[in-house]
Amino acid sequence: MTKKWTIGIFIVIVIGIFAVPFLVNAGQPERDPEVSYDTPQINAMEVKQCIEPTEYMKESHMVLLDEWRNSVVRDGNYEYRSQSGQIYEMSLDETCLGCHSNQADFCDKCHEYSSVELYCWQCHGNVDTENPEATIITDDDVLFTEKA
Amino acid sequence: MKVVGPLIVVVLLAALAWCCTEYLHWYALFGIVIPYVAVVLLIVGLVVRIVRWARSAVPFRIPTTCGQQKSLPWIKQAKLDNPSSKAGVFGRMVLEVLTFRSLFRNNKVEKRDSKLGYTSAKWLFLGALLFHWSMLIIVIRHLRLALEPVPDFLVVLEQADGFLQVGLPLLYISDVLIVVGLVFLLARRLTIKKVRYISLSVDFFPLFLLLGIAISGIVMRYAFRVDIAGVKEVVLGLLTFHPVSPDQLSTILFVHLFLVCVLMVYFPWSKLMHAPGIFMSPTRNLANNSREVRHVNPWNYPVKVHTYAEYQEEYGEKMKSVGLPLDPEVVSTNG
Ligand code: HEC
Ligand code: HEC
Ligand code: HEC
Ligand code: HEM
Repeated sequence: MTKKWTIGIFIVIVIGIFAVPFLVNAGQPERDPEVSYDTPQINAMEVKQCIEPTEYMKESHMVLLDEWRNSVVRDGNYEYRSQSGQIYEMSLDETCLGCHSNQADFCDKCHEYSSVELYCWQCHGNVDTENPEATIITDDDVLFTEKA
Repeated sequence: MKVVGPLIVVVLLAALAWCCTEYLHWYALFGIVIPYVAVVLLIVGLVVRIVRWARSAVPFRIPTTCGQQKSLPWIKQAKLDNPSSKAGVFGRMVLEVLTFRSLFRNNKVEKRDSKLGYTSAKWLFLGALLFHWSMLIIVIRHLRLALEPVPDFLVVLEQADGFLQVGLPLLYISDVLIVVGLVFLLARRLTIKKVRYISLSVDFFPLFLLLGIAISGIVMRYAFRVDIAGVKEVVLGLLTFHPVSPDQLSTILFVHLFLVCVLMVYFPWSKLMHAPGIFMSPTRNLANNSREVRHVNPWNYPVKVHTYAEYQEEYGEKMKSVGLPLDPEVVSTNG
């Protein structure tokens, strides 16, 4: 028969593994990402609506961005027609961040909450708040020329 | 049947979760009640099984030994394979749990011409290692849904796992490897005739269940997306005992979660208990010091014995008188 205290410790460890997530969160208030829509462009909108339905944006905005990136970089196609028939320029910096210009309080806030570290910001995004134009990739920065 | 049966059960379980949430909208049942019940049953089950094991008899040292025992000082001891100290046992256990050394020794018997030969069979070891490590990494990565703020090491782990930077959302290497590992372990049971013969439905069920969990998770990440931030709110609600309504989440999440709940309930009563069981195996957690220490069976009953010396002392005179031979030693001690 194994010594009682060894088994006691073992059981405490086993239960402890499952208790950790409960203990860490104990007494914490409800927390959500608290993203902000307070940007000049969104405030100016009559109907507050993203490019696609909000449900789709919440779940699949990265899929959309991937399509955009491939479309622009591989096919040189900059035009995106949304489900509602609106035409947008496929640009992370000018379209997404045009409306969501509060990148830190929108994209980053939610990504921090969901533990997503975007490597996109190495090149995209208005990292330099003093001089945004310097870091935004614009049409003038096109590195890839279309095939004739 | 022993293969198809478990597969059908897993498919039906997934279909059950799908139908009940997609069509019947029993979100609170599948998103709040069942997870709580499953966690409680898991913990109770684990404790019951551990206590039951702890009560079973281990009177003597029975470690499996795979090397030279501790002996004379000039004979080299295999300290890890035949440990004689607590430290040795600890080292052996750690390496066993992290690297599956005993599976590394897996052999197969082969007939070469007319001779019988043993060759090493490393595939089981590799498949098991692949699956278990991927699963560990995936479970640790899932903590991002349960911890707020998310600790830095999780972000580092995610970046390392996704460093190939394939597609968006990033492809995780562990997602590929867990499926490769599980499919291999399944294929092993199906294709090797001898292994298939000894496999039962309870060997196939966990494999199908884990494949179901992994595939539903992978589909959720790369095909039918879910709102991760929304899932996290629900998970945090569950963990703080202030459940948030899970109504707006996609159906696929409930399938994934329900299969995980089935796993949690099934775990303590199945062969999957080898996970905590390894720590309690007397063949692994005991030091082989039988030659140094006398291990007396702790529940030896004090039997009343009548030794021959006592017998001779009692009847010696009578034996002598009828000419029976006496034990000289006993006689001499008698003086
Ligand atoms: C025309 C302005 C506009 C553009 C361009 C735009 N958005 Fe939005 N976005 C919005 C508005 C307004 C909402 C809020 C919708 C609502 O509340 O229903 C929103 C919501 C979202 C949400 C959901 C956030 C939540 O509350 O959970 C995400 C994610 C998002 N946008 C990402 C993007 C991305 C990525 C792009 C570029 C591909 C983009 N948006 C482009 C205006 C815009
Ligand atoms: C190494 C720098 C770099 C990184 C990292 C990077 N991109 Fe880009 N991206 C570019 C360049 C250069 C272009 C081409 C711009 C053009 O042709 O107009 C581009 C184009 C794009 C476009 C279409 C055009 C535009 O201006 O937005 C999208 C969408 C895009 N990237 C998304 C992403 C996303 C999402 C990530 C992260 C997952 C990412 N990129 C990471 C450099 C980068
Ligand atoms: C409501 C929360 C939320 C908001 C707001 C949001 N995201 Fe995301 N984003 C996520 C989540 C969650 C993921 C990770 C999904 C996963 O891991 O499956 C993600 C992933 C991504 C990815 C893929 C990265 C990867 O490593 O897989 C990109 C690119 C991205 N988001 C871009 C943006 C941009 C640009 C914005 C701002 C315009 C934005 N997101 C706003 C929640 C959000
Ligand atoms: C035995 C435990 C579990 C296993 C083996 C497992 C396995 C997986 C796998 C392989 C994926 C694919 C994506 C990834 O690797 O991150 C995944 C995704 C996911 N799982 Fe699980 N899972 C488990 C438990 C849970 C639980 C308890 C939840 C709670 C709700 C959950 C929620 C999710 C979510 C939301 C995703 C999508 C992640 C994303 O899109 O990035 N899983 N799971």
